[in-house]
Amino acid sequence: MKDSHLVKYILGIADNALILGQRLGELCGHGPTLETDIALTNMSLDLLGQTRNYYQYVAKISGDDSTEDDIAFLRTERQYLNVLLVEQPNQHFGYVIARQFYFDVFHYLLLEKLQASTDENLAAIAKKSIKEVSYHQRFSSDWIKRLGDGTSESHNKIQTAINDLWAYTDELFEVTEDDSHIVNIGIGVDVSELKAEYYSKVSEVLKESTLEIPDNKYFKKGGKIGIHSEHMGYILADLQYMQRTYPKMKW
Amino acid sequence: MSEAEIKNLEEIFESRIARDEKIEPKDWMPEKYRKTHIRQMSQHAHSEIIGMLPEGNWITRAPSLRRKVALLAKVQDEGGHGLYLYSACETLGISRDELFEQLHSGKAKYSSIFNYPTVTWADMGAIGWLVDGAAIINQVPLCNTSYGPYARAMVRVCKEESFHQRQGFEIMLKLCQGSPEQKEMAQDALNRWWWPSLMMLGPTDDKSVHTEQSMKWKLKRKTNDELRQQFIDQTVPQAEVLGITVPDPDLKWNEEKGQYDFGEIDWDEFWQVVKGHGPCNKERMTARVSAWEEGEWVRDAAMAYADKKDKKNVAKAS
Repeated sequence: MKDSHLVKYILGIADNALILGQRLGELCGHGPTLETDIALTNMSLDLLGQTRNYYQYVAKISGDDSTEDDIAFLRTERQYLNVLLVEQPNQHFGYVIARQFYFDVFHYLLLEKLQASTDENLAAIAKKSIKEVSYHQRFSSDWIKRLGDGTSESHNKIQTAINDLWAYTDELFEVTEDDSHIVNIGIGVDVSELKAEYYSKVSEVLKESTLEIPDNKYFKKGGKIGIHSEHMGYILADLQYMQRTYPKMKW
Repeated sequence: MSEAEIKNLEEIFESRIARDEKIEPKDWMPEKYRKTHIRQMSQHAHSEIIGMLPEGNWITRAPSLRRKVALLAKVQDEGGHGLYLYSACETLGISRDELFEQLHSGKAKYSSIFNYPTVTWADMGAIGWLVDGAAIINQVPLCNTSYGPYARAMVRVCKEESFHQRQGFEIMLKLCQGSPEQKEMAQDALNRWWWPSLMMLGPTDDKSVHTEQSMKWKLKRKTNDELRQQFIDQTVPQAEVLGITVPDPDLKWNEEKGQYDFGEIDWDEFWQVVKGHGPCNKERMTARVSAWEEGEWVRDAAMAYADKKDKKNVAKAS
């Protein structure tokens, strides 16, 4: 696979969907109600579907014979370019919802702009995905409100998750060197421009949910350049298990 | 109501069933009919929900993106089946919470097959092919069962199950056409899932306690032994297509009867698992109970929030 700027730009978007889809997939069968279980699985399915669209496109422009599965399963940890937020564990339902909410608000804003990409493949994937993500955003925002303004226990739990994951939000707006090349030629979205609207949307939902907006100014980053949290290795151990154990087989 | 009146109602009821009319939730029904249906439908719903666990075990490790998505969708379908079956069951005057309580306390049963572990990827194929295959044989007749909500739920369930079965067979086929290691994985899965799949169709007719009444109410159209024979006759040729061997040395085509003769099923194993001592009974139950207990604060929050919203709406209106 060629490591062109465009490939890396797309991986930066697609790897988020893969890793979050994988995280949500861990929950299948373990949700607090049957309805939420089904809904979270649905979002996992949407995200993995989007992942496949991006990876198939990357495979096509790579100019070698790599496939979507090579891209998904056969890279080293340093080659995955997802943000740290999506790899954070499912500690409890509050963390699942907070992580989803922080990601969905960003994801929606990103896709809104990506629809106007001069790369028609990316624009088409964005158009298809935004319909799904609009539902994700509604689902996670509604749950932030229910948990925030539900019982005192749920309020405390979701506030803790919101506070803990806040440190991972700033990385969403980081523009890497590869990204800038792609932004400059009109294909990519300058995510730094989404920041103000993002925080205003997030704050609006948190306020409506009677939650406090975290005031932590120390943020964590690294995922976008392949320096991940310690969770990532274990995610990949599961994800890559079959492909690594049985190389070059068809499934 | 006098005894004579009840007897009269019972006669009307039985004749409606005999005419293949559907019984609907608000119709009069004998208490035993209601109870039997709650038992069977909830057992079925519980099996769907517990059944999510052994397959859910492979979602994060599926070997390709296509397989991962298909498996997720399949497990999600099972959650959906659980949902309509619980809802259908609720029309008989029992709540979903009560049904969960029965499952968690061990009072209600679920299909024993899900107490076996899924140890390799080929188990995803074998479960779809064999377990869903046996389930379909059990379930297709239920699309015509006498209780309306159950019959209607089953129409949809069966369509999806039949898709799952083909998906499972396709996983097996791919393995059998693959490397020697893959084919061995498929054979090993068949070895482990064959006998438990035969047991899924229930105890032999002479040991089955519910068969007679269930046949009368069209909750069952064929006996366990008939269903088992049908399953074997349909599955053995499929194993031949795959090129793997059914692990039964006594399996032989009987020209005269036009069906397969097969070996003795280890019913001790069956009863051991049914009674809670299978390889994963404890794990399955622990997973369900902890999902329920750990989710309590979430359900409480949703209820509290909905209450607050209602009150706000009332305040606004007045």
